[in-house]
Amino acid sequence: MDNIILTDFLTLTAIALTAALILYFVSQKFKVDEDPRIAEIEAMLPQANCGACGRAGCHDFAVACTKCTTQGFAKLYCPVGGQKVMNKVAAYLGMEAAVKEDTVAVLRCNGSCQNAPAKIDYNGVQFCRIAHTISSGQSGCPDGCLRLGDCIKVCKFGALNLNPQTGLPQVDPDKCTSCGACVNICPRNLFEIRPKGQNNERVYVACRNRQKGAVARKNCSAACIGCMKCVKICPEIKIEDNLSYIPTDVNAAEFGAKLAETCPTGAIVHIQPKEKTHD
Amino acid sequence: MLKISSAPHMASPVSTKNLMKDVVIALMPAVLAALLIFGFNAFQVLLTSVAACVACEYLICRYFLKIPPTTGDFSAVITGILLGFNLPSGIPLWMILIGAFFAIGITKMAYGGLGKNLFNPALVGRVFLFVSFPQQMTTWPQPQFGNFFAIDAQTGATTLGILKHLSPETLSNGLTKYSYHIDNVPSYLNMLLGNTGGSLGEVSALALLLGLFYMLCKKVITWHIPFYYLSTVFILTSIMWFFKQTPNLDPVAHLLSGGLILGAVFMATDYVTSPMTTNGKIIFAVGCGALTVIIRIFSAYPEGVSFAILIMNAFVPLIDRWCIPRVYGAGRK
Amino acid sequence: MTKTFPIGGIHPQKYKLAADIAITDAGLPEYVYIPVKQHAGAPAKIVVSQGDKVKAGTLLAAADGIVSAPVHSSVSGEVVKISREEGRSGYYETTVTIKVEGNDFADGIDASDTVIAEIPDSTEEIMRRIRNAGIVGMGGAGYPTPIKTTVPEGRKAEYLIVNGIECEPFLCADDRLMQEKAEEIIIGAKIINKLLGIQKAVIAIDENKPRAIEIMTRLTKSYIGVNVRVCQTKYPQGGEKQLIAAITGREVPIAKLPIDVGCVVQNAGTVFAVYEAVMKKKPLIERIVTVSGDAAEKSANFRVRIGTPAEFLINKIGGITEKTDEIIFGGPFMGTSVTNLKAPVTKLTSGILLLSAKLAGKEPETACIRCGKCVDACPQGLMPFEIARYARNNDFSQIMRLHARDCIECGSCAYICPARIPLLDYCKMSKAEAKKILKKQ
Repeated sequence: MDNIILTDFLTLTAIALTAALILYFVSQKFKVDEDPRIAEIEAMLPQANCGACGRAGCHDFAVACTKCTTQGFAKLYCPVGGQKVMNKVAAYLGMEAAVKEDTVAVLRCNGSCQNAPAKIDYNGVQFCRIAHTISSGQSGCPDGCLRLGDCIKVCKFGALNLNPQTGLPQVDPDKCTSCGACVNICPRNLFEIRPKGQNNERVYVACRNRQKGAVARKNCSAACIGCMKCVKICPEIKIEDNLSYIPTDVNAAEFGAKLAETCPTGAIVHIQPKEKTHD
Repeated sequence: MLKISSAPHMASPVSTKNLMKDVVIALMPAVLAALLIFGFNAFQVLLTSVAACVACEYLICRYFLKIPPTTGDFSAVITGILLGFNLPSGIPLWMILIGAFFAIGITKMAYGGLGKNLFNPALVGRVFLFVSFPQQMTTWPQPQFGNFFAIDAQTGATTLGILKHLSPETLSNGLTKYSYHIDNVPSYLNMLLGNTGGSLGEVSALALLLGLFYMLCKKVITWHIPFYYLSTVFILTSIMWFFKQTPNLDPVAHLLSGGLILGAVFMATDYVTSPMTTNGKIIFAVGCGALTVIIRIFSAYPEGVSFAILIMNAFVPLIDRWCIPRVYGAGRK
Repeated sequence: MTKTFPIGGIHPQKYKLAADIAITDAGLPEYVYIPVKQHAGAPAKIVVSQGDKVKAGTLLAAADGIVSAPVHSSVSGEVVKISREEGRSGYYETTVTIKVEGNDFADGIDASDTVIAEIPDSTEEIMRRIRNAGIVGMGGAGYPTPIKTTVPEGRKAEYLIVNGIECEPFLCADDRLMQEKAEEIIIGAKIINKLLGIQKAVIAIDENKPRAIEIMTRLTKSYIGVNVRVCQTKYPQGGEKQLIAAITGREVPIAKLPIDVGCVVQNAGTVFAVYEAVMKKKPLIERIVTVSGDAAEKSANFRVRIGTPAEFLINKIGGITEKTDEIIFGGPFMGTSVTNLKAPVTKLTSGILLLSAKLAGKEPETACIRCGKCVDACPQGLMPFEIARYARNNDFSQIMRLHARDCIECGSCAYICPARIPLLDYCKMSKAEAKKILKKQ
């Protein structure tokens, strides 16, 4: 009896030791020498692996950080981590981080179920990218939101959700990291990364329809008709092809309320400032 | 209001539900054979098994996952029938409930439901019961034709059980312990018709082949897996038979007895747990066949079909990765 | 043994309801709407202005570049509007609207039915006529024909394949054309042969068109080099790569063109248009359209002027019935749903179908049961289920390995899928993404 237990014990120990030795030598042999700073920087990054920085993932970004010059570093920016993370990485590497404003994604369409009611019954798959290729969409607006939520599916941060009343995706500015995933996925290019603005106050044209006023209005009551009223209030606004565009540097606090009020269709959206709570 | 949708604007009349219904229909000859051979007990076992599987899936969907129940697609019915087919008719009914829970709850739903499971649910249920209750799972009531309500059926060994225990000693000494005797090996005709001891669904090779014929006609499955599985077993046992002609290597007996035909026709061909490409199916079937023979001849168990299929199930993702069809026009200049 | 392609394919129900119905003239509508882009490539440049009087065959818009095609007026009348009009899928397209006044043809056009067999001697002249007639591939791709009939340097054409397969259910336009205009199609094939500098032409017809096969076989006997080959009835037999495989046994390599294996494939309708352009100097202003469907009261094959609104044709066969769920331009496999009934017939519209919910209705997507039917059905040897699995999660990292860009969008996979997974849509999404990746490289 003792003998069996002893033999078993010894055999197993021997196997374990041999295996451990093999593992050790193999790992030594195939060891990849890596800059130890990469792991440190990677730990500072948000680990979203979203690719918003233009790299394949956080690890790749960390590699890029360690390998670049001071000038090159100024071009690197992690939109998800934002200024805070970049400052931290910069401090670690002894370099200067680029200063960038906080940004957020905005949906440039106001074609809600009420403003742009469905005219046809879309019976296909629930993907904007497919719906876009087969028709102009339920409302008939060739540039409007298709309301099928590809952007919601692609958002890694839960910053987008479908508003059941309007049928449009809604951006949660607190969660949005402006990683740009929604910008890339939207077949109609309806998302734009805009500065967050002071206290979250923003003003923008929620329309991308370039059709003539009457045609555009046929499909959507909130379409920009290029009426020039906004230009009279703020001359920096540009109108091209029947479509107004409010540049990002227009002061929302100064013009926002007035622009939204004047716009006859409601294409201009003014997001009210949030009550300042302590950060 | 006009509807719009993406192409194609036509779909084949065959849906998942129809496919599953066809499998159920294909199982019917074997069900009838089981009722005829094992009587009321078989009816009890099959009914309990099907009801338990369907109820289990329904309850898990409804109260645990909180999704609309998927029982309408008939896949749980198939699992239920197949589980019942793999049990001896005398098994206590409460054991079936455990088997059904293990088959549906653990093997299928825990992996994400239909289409996501790695292993064949009915087989896992069967093997679970087999290792948990070996005594009850290997008590094989003998056939009782025409005696539908016979409660206390005689028990005896299965063909493979007899073959397993045949050795030079038992042959020469005429040792007749239990019924492991060469005289008790049923004739080929009895094996074909099902007049032998064994699990409910596996005994009648003829009924199972009828089901295979139906599925092939309805194009539910392709011929590859059953053909390659059965021929691998036949060829391997034939080779061994050629070198050593002992009765326990008889290739025809191996082909017709045990769960081989049930496994090859209904278990190994399960869509979810078999490879998707033709080449993959061939590798899978040959692997199943080889493992079956190895377990039957060289291991302590008389039967190896369930283990063979389950082991090959584990290889399916690997086979699928490996057997990618050649893209049309690739590799040409 | 009839010929077919080596892998995949499906056998959908045929629904050739209009196969025995002779081609009739659809007549002239009140207005025709002629889009300037009816082909692959750059839109044509408009050369008329509002108020101009035009005749049938008058140039409306000239080709803009090599990959483009001119557009002609299909009726005589007055240009009343040049604007962006709602097209078949709701998108707006630059369209010339003409108020129909009559059926006067422009000078030099022979609108009669007499068959002319003497092919002009100069290939430059033939090419010029084809180019000026605005002929494009009428099977659906709409690639300008002059490019396809020019053999690039370093290549050699060996076969001209006239595609008379029409493997989509319902459609019978090519079938009827081959029965009624067989001689013209053969002459058209000889014209293209001359351009390619070869003698051999194969007219490929599938088994379910016995009358077309019979007529063509009889007539080709008096033309040296033109042969009829019968192909198996299988979808997508009419796909270019599949047809080449069936006829010649050659495999078009990935990212290569048919001419790389010495083949030129032309749709039967296109070949007829080439005949008319070269022998009758008639530009492409009309085509054969099958108006049918399981929800339609009756079926018809119409000779339709380009720009005729769909509504006009649908009303001719009894209007939209109550059963109608979707209206499709093209065949049920590769056609598109129509949202606008005023949408005009273009050079590429082979059919207008009224489909019932029974046929076109979409059942909800259920879980993949890994049956492998899509893999068996794919004529390109792809794994649609695998492509779909990645595309569903917006993971496009594997699409190059899975060869998503080699999808021919035939829809066989989505048709066969018992779980009703919209595999074609996933493949299309992946294909678009694969193209983006290729562009970046």
